[in-house]
Amino acid sequence: MAVEKMSIAKALNESLRHALDTDPKVLIMGEDVGKLGGVFRITDGLQKDFGEDRVIDTPLAESGIVGTAIGLALRGYRPIVEIQFDGFVFPAYDQIVTQLAKMHARALGKIKLPVVVRIPYGGGIGAVEHHSESPEALFAHVAGLKVVSPSNASDAYWMMQQAVQSDDPVIFFEPKRRYWDKSEVDTDAIPGPLHKAVTVREGSDLTLVAYGPMVKVCLEAAAAAQEEGKSIEVLDLRSMSPIDFDTVQASVEKTGRLVVVHEAPVFYGSGAEIAARITERSFYHLEAPVLRVGGYHAPYPPARLEEEYLPGLDRVLDAVDRSLAY
Amino acid sequence: MTVESTAAARKPRRASKRTSAAKKPQSSEPQLVQLLTPEGERVEHPDYSIDLSAEELRALYRDMVLTRRFDAEATALQRQGELGLWASLLGQEAAQIGSGRALRDDDYVFPTYREHGVAWCRGVDPTNLLGMFRGVNHGGWDPTTNNFHLYTIVIGSQTLHATGYAMGVAKDGADSAVIAYFGDGASSQGDVAESFTFSAVYNAPVVFFCQNNQWAISEPTERQTRVPLYQRAQGYGFPGVRVDGNDVLACLAVTRSALERARRGEGPTLVEAFTYRMGAHTTSDDPTKYRADDERAAWEAKDPILRLRTYLEKSGHADEAFFTELETESEALGKRVREVVRAMPDPEPMSLFEHGYADGNSLVDEERAQFAAYQASFADSAEEGK
Repeated sequence: MAVEKMSIAKALNESLRHALDTDPKVLIMGEDVGKLGGVFRITDGLQKDFGEDRVIDTPLAESGIVGTAIGLALRGYRPIVEIQFDGFVFPAYDQIVTQLAKMHARALGKIKLPVVVRIPYGGGIGAVEHHSESPEALFAHVAGLKVVSPSNASDAYWMMQQAVQSDDPVIFFEPKRRYWDKSEVDTDAIPGPLHKAVTVREGSDLTLVAYGPMVKVCLEAAAAAQEEGKSIEVLDLRSMSPIDFDTVQASVEKTGRLVVVHEAPVFYGSGAEIAARITERSFYHLEAPVLRVGGYHAPYPPARLEEEYLPGLDRVLDAVDRSLAY
Repeated sequence: MTVESTAAARKPRRASKRTSAAKKPQSSEPQLVQLLTPEGERVEHPDYSIDLSAEELRALYRDMVLTRRFDAEATALQRQGELGLWASLLGQEAAQIGSGRALRDDDYVFPTYREHGVAWCRGVDPTNLLGMFRGVNHGGWDPTTNNFHLYTIVIGSQTLHATGYAMGVAKDGADSAVIAYFGDGASSQGDVAESFTFSAVYNAPVVFFCQNNQWAISEPTERQTRVPLYQRAQGYGFPGVRVDGNDVLACLAVTRSALERARRGEGPTLVEAFTYRMGAHTTSDDPTKYRADDERAAWEAKDPILRLRTYLEKSGHADEAFFTELETESEALGKRVREVVRAMPDPEPMSLFEHGYADGNSLVDEERAQFAAYQASFADSAEEGK
């Protein structure tokens, strides 16, 4: 049976297994990805089935993981590297930004860098410092990188396949607090394009745009608003670089209102980019300024305070009300 | 033990003259592998014997002379405003030609940004190296044509790429090797330390070739390390060797040996080529501000080209006609470099949008269209003005 209900974690595991199985050049690298199967068990059982040469436990050195993955890609391999947590990507940030992102352009297109960097990201799991951040804008700002994040199991399965097949480096943000959320995956389906935004709920009064962990919150907010007679459309952006502005524009020109929701700090965040572009594209269709809901310009707080920091149902609904009040 | 050092030992946390980084540690008296003395005498080394024909010796000499000539031309072109910047290799010809000629075609090279001599050995047209210094591209050659990767400006990054590539070579079951070039300054970078760790752990067939040219811009080697650099390898579990970097024969022999070790599956080696950068770090800095004149004079006496010339002449391996002919060839190279650089066209404006991504990208498409329309608006207004 091709259709199966599975968690995002399971879908990623199945997807990685499929990638290893289909292409002998695909490698998985990272800290603890072998016997342990990763701290979130996303690579569970893969080393057992594909061996230590394909699923490679690495020294504890993020720059080394990405830097050697670049070298392996230059040799013709397709490495998928796991960064254990969002806040640990920064030792590798130099290799990602100054090397991985630019090498194809520097070689005038003669070489390709098919490296996938998997990063479990975002908060809401009560973790300690550096385990709950949403640094996607820092990567989306860099030309040469693609940045994506699935919000459900089907996308986790298919977007990972597409990321591995991409000849460009892809930063693959996994919404860690949704790892255990289950939904249906059709492993025989023909997936849509990797960078296409998807309308996950139709509506006519206002558009909510989100990605990754915030899609679920926005769907709940739309359902709650429905009870008050408000018709909210919800878009799952799926890709933060590039962004499918056409789909966002079409929705906004239908509803006249836009609220962007993400966990990352609002300041200089992806919401700012979406607000600016949509204002340029759809100025005369907007009934209200584009509003943003997200994290504050503060260090990610300790776990006992993260519910205040993270956008929840009430904050999204508050923004919906403010927009509709214009 | 001196009174001074005893006093220093009693106050270990106090900065004293003895612990100041300005004081040279024992590395100032290196144990060098040497096969050709600064006076041009052939000497033997128990571990690194080499037997080259007169023709091979002349070829090494030719490589060094032409590389120096190319480098001098590039420096002159920078002074004339034809290049924005140049990183001269003056003084490092032996380290680069010796190691470069140790490589096989199927070996892969990861250079920093000063390896013009290694590029020469790989068959990269020297004028291709000038595009990035002129500002028309950021590389400009296909790394896979000559197995010579693009120059890397961020210090030490390429040592990890070399290590990963070497891991791939081992996975492929190939018997080629990989070489990573870097400098004494780069030895302070975390990426270099990580590349040592990874290459040791995975037994990768990579040779780390550190050209210790004594200066990282204005910072001396003593600002990078308290132990001789080649000794670092021991802590990672692979051999390190210090070679006279101004001795092309020793550089060839030591690198060849390290590459063979890698091919045999015995893992990485660190080669420290002890040499000297005769000029500035790049044309942007002024070495007279940070180093003494007598230091350069002392190193001039160890010049890599002069010593091989002395040996060639004394041994009768080259006659006057060879040197005259090489001089003519050298001038022709200089002329060609001059002409090619001056004729290099600026890139087309629309090329801004090329090669950012291998796959298509809607954001790039959108901005390209906007830029094209903007560019076209000038053509329209020119049309209207007629």
